[in-house]
Amino acid sequence: MTTASSADHPTRRDFLFVATGAAAAVGAAATVWPLVAQMNPDAATIAAGAPIQVDLAPIAEGQDIKVFWRGKPIYISHRTKKQIQEAQSVALSSLPDPQPDSARVKAGHDQWLVVIGICTHLGCIPIAHEGNYDGFFCPCHGSQYDSSGRIRQGPAPANLAVPPYAFLSDTKIQIG
Amino acid sequence: MSGPSDFQPSNPALKWIERRLPIFGLIHSSFVAYPTPRNLNYWWTFGAILSMMLALQILTGVILAMHYTPHADLAFKSVELIVRDVNYGWLLRNMHACGASMFFFAVYIHMFRGLYYGSYKEPREVLWILGVIIYLLMMATGFMGYVLPWGQMSFWGATVITNLFSAVPYFGESIVTLLWGGYSVGNPTLNRFFSLHYLLPFVIAGVVVLHVWALHVAGQNNPAGVEPKTEKDTVPFTPYATIKDAFGVSCFLIFFAWFIFYMPNYLGDADNYIPANPGVTPAHIVPEWYYLPFYAILRSIPNKLAGVVAMFSAIIILCFLPWLDSARTRSSKYRPLAKQFFWIFVVVCILLGYLGSQPPEGIYVIAGRILTVCYFAYFLIVLPLLARIETPRPLPNSIADDVLAKSKGRAATAASVMLALVVAGGLFAGSTQNAKAEEGGSAPPAQSWSFSGPFGKYDRGSLQRGLKVYKEVCSACHGLSYVAFRNLADAGGPGYSEAQAAAFASEYKIKDGPNDQGEMFERPGRPADYFPSPFPNEQAARAANGGAAPPDLSLITKARSYKRGFPQFVIDFFSQYQEQGPDYVDAILQGFEDKAPAGVTIPEGSYYNKYFPGHAIKMPKPLSDGQVTFDDGSPATVKQYAHDVTTFLMWAAEPHMEARKRIGMQVFVFLIIFAFLMYFTKRKVWADAH
Ligand code: FES
Repeated sequence: MTTASSADHPTRRDFLFVATGAAAAVGAAATVWPLVAQMNPDAATIAAGAPIQVDLAPIAEGQDIKVFWRGKPIYISHRTKKQIQEAQSVALSSLPDPQPDSARVKAGHDQWLVVIGICTHLGCIPIAHEGNYDGFFCPCHGSQYDSSGRIRQGPAPANLAVPPYAFLSDTKIQIG
Repeated sequence: MSGPSDFQPSNPALKWIERRLPIFGLIHSSFVAYPTPRNLNYWWTFGAILSMMLALQILTGVILAMHYTPHADLAFKSVELIVRDVNYGWLLRNMHACGASMFFFAVYIHMFRGLYYGSYKEPREVLWILGVIIYLLMMATGFMGYVLPWGQMSFWGATVITNLFSAVPYFGESIVTLLWGGYSVGNPTLNRFFSLHYLLPFVIAGVVVLHVWALHVAGQNNPAGVEPKTEKDTVPFTPYATIKDAFGVSCFLIFFAWFIFYMPNYLGDADNYIPANPGVTPAHIVPEWYYLPFYAILRSIPNKLAGVVAMFSAIIILCFLPWLDSARTRSSKYRPLAKQFFWIFVVVCILLGYLGSQPPEGIYVIAGRILTVCYFAYFLIVLPLLARIETPRPLPNSIADDVLAKSKGRAATAASVMLALVVAGGLFAGSTQNAKAEEGGSAPPAQSWSFSGPFGKYDRGSLQRGLKVYKEVCSACHGLSYVAFRNLADAGGPGYSEAQAAAFASEYKIKDGPNDQGEMFERPGRPADYFPSPFPNEQAARAANGGAAPPDLSLITKARSYKRGFPQFVIDFFSQYQEQGPDYVDAILQGFEDKAPAGVTIPEGSYYNKYFPGHAIKMPKPLSDGQVTFDDGSPATVKQYAHDVTTFLMWAAEPHMEARKRIGMQVFVFLIIFAFLMYFTKRKVWADAH
């Protein structure tokens, strides 16, 4: 049996083999693309993730509600004076993920805390009004968040995330 | 698979594995060093093509299953959502649906090749029987797959095929109930078919392994039908057979791509774009083209049980082929009579397929019976008889001799064979279209559409005007429930901006809820909402419209068709004509006449329409001149309205058509270049072997 590379026209032969192999590789890569891309969210899911509006008027001081946006629970808390006070006065250096309260709420709307209610440890949903910091307590592995949604104790590495949102009026926000 | 190999990998890590699991040796002996006869022609590449198709069907099938919902209420919609919303969902669905047809097309060529060259003869009987088992499994898989989209043909195909088992004496009814999981075809049936449709391809893959194993034990047959004797008769599998197979595969992919990108619905049935309706049977129930010959055999026997037995026997008889044909000479090349009868048999099969697609009446029944007799006579009379009376021509001494003595006539034979197969394929393929006879309606005139042909694009102006006509006229009675407002801003659509689509949506009132008080409420539409339907449910639609519910229009241009007839459907394959649906819809909209012609009586509450099957349509004339005014100065005529709204509805049914045709062109250019490269590479590689 003879092998594919003989001495006669090495360059022409090699060029042909390389060109064919390269074309095959390009074809394979182009085929894999749609096979992988189909796993991304489809158009209906993306459209359903459009911004939502939430009316804050019914939420009394000290209460909170949970709304869903893009399949994620969003906590909207109407904080009490005491909670605001606590959130603002804590020394930043004592926090695992230092962030002032002012960076976590909208200016002039100090009483409203809007956070994504997903524990930054491994994704469980923390319970509001529990734990030692007047904030949230995650039952899964005991992470505790304060009244600004900042991590204070436990295995979670970061503060509860703040979703993109804006005040449309004093009693209405748009999330997303 | 052909015994222990002396292959040793040089890499120490591979060596370590090889000592514990000799997998590299197995691969090397089976797919590299394995000696293949050097005179194999291109018909032998169909083995590789079939392997590729099986892999592709499994791959695309697993992906589709990620998005599909096997529930009677949701299945149809989930398939539509795959096609409309999933990234490249239309491509994957077309690949899978057309892939099934291509798989069968290739398997038929593979089987006929085996038949012609006597590949089932000693010592390859088990190899052949395994092949028949694979074929049976493929038929079961294909049938169950066709049920999954849960359209009208799915539902009624499932009903008819499962009812075949009711022919079994005594236990028939119980068997059918067992298959259904209910008192009729329904959700449990769909669920189990989905489960089995997912399972069977892996069973096929397992039997394929056995098939290949048996092949590698007995060795490949070859066109001369003489066994390899010396080293000179064979070449190593790699690179010779590998490269030839790869070239064959790349040519087959071009053929495949033609369907995926340009004719995705050519092999399907328009009725399957109508959601399953257990109360209405389509006028003509036709199975997929690959079952048609057997369907014709079933119908040509006037007794239920006998018909079912005949149909299954027509397949099972293949298992006995090695013993029915006891001629010593394998290849029909050297059997002058067997060769002629082979071609007659091929024609019989094709004609049976054609008959299977025709209504079972008149001449078709008689022809069906004659051809059924011919089919069985080939196996039961012709082959056993030929084995006794035929004098074969002298065989070449060896494969090497055969290669040297390549006759000049061979190219011509190959060409004629190719031609015959293309015609056969076209005939088979088109026969489904042919079956959709619509009695009593004239054929709609062919219109010129901006979206026809390989470079077709939707005319944006026409889409926008069509949307206006839909909104102001059609939407009073017809829903458009698979189209969302956001789609109006999609690429390849009417070309609105997202803001315009959002503004358009906000003009609609959408029912939402329940709210915190548990009440439903109305709010302005958002881009993510779908066009609201005019009636809350089908009963309301029926009640408000004299007993005939106006159909949803999302898929209407794909769900309607008309008889194309022979030879038109063959020409359609090459001209890419796919606009039966739009032609029909356009014709219906313009086909109303105030007075029915003499001799036609139209019942109370119906209207005369020239193009509607039976002429009596429940929908009153919907459009009249001047009814809708266009901002762009297009004429306010029924003709213009009909054209624009049909264009819009074609987009509604196939929103990704522009992407399909654009990507199709890129794929074609690539595949043709690639096939050329493969061809020259193959020539270079084989230059050493000659
Ligand atoms: S997930 Fe919350 S503590 Fe682990």
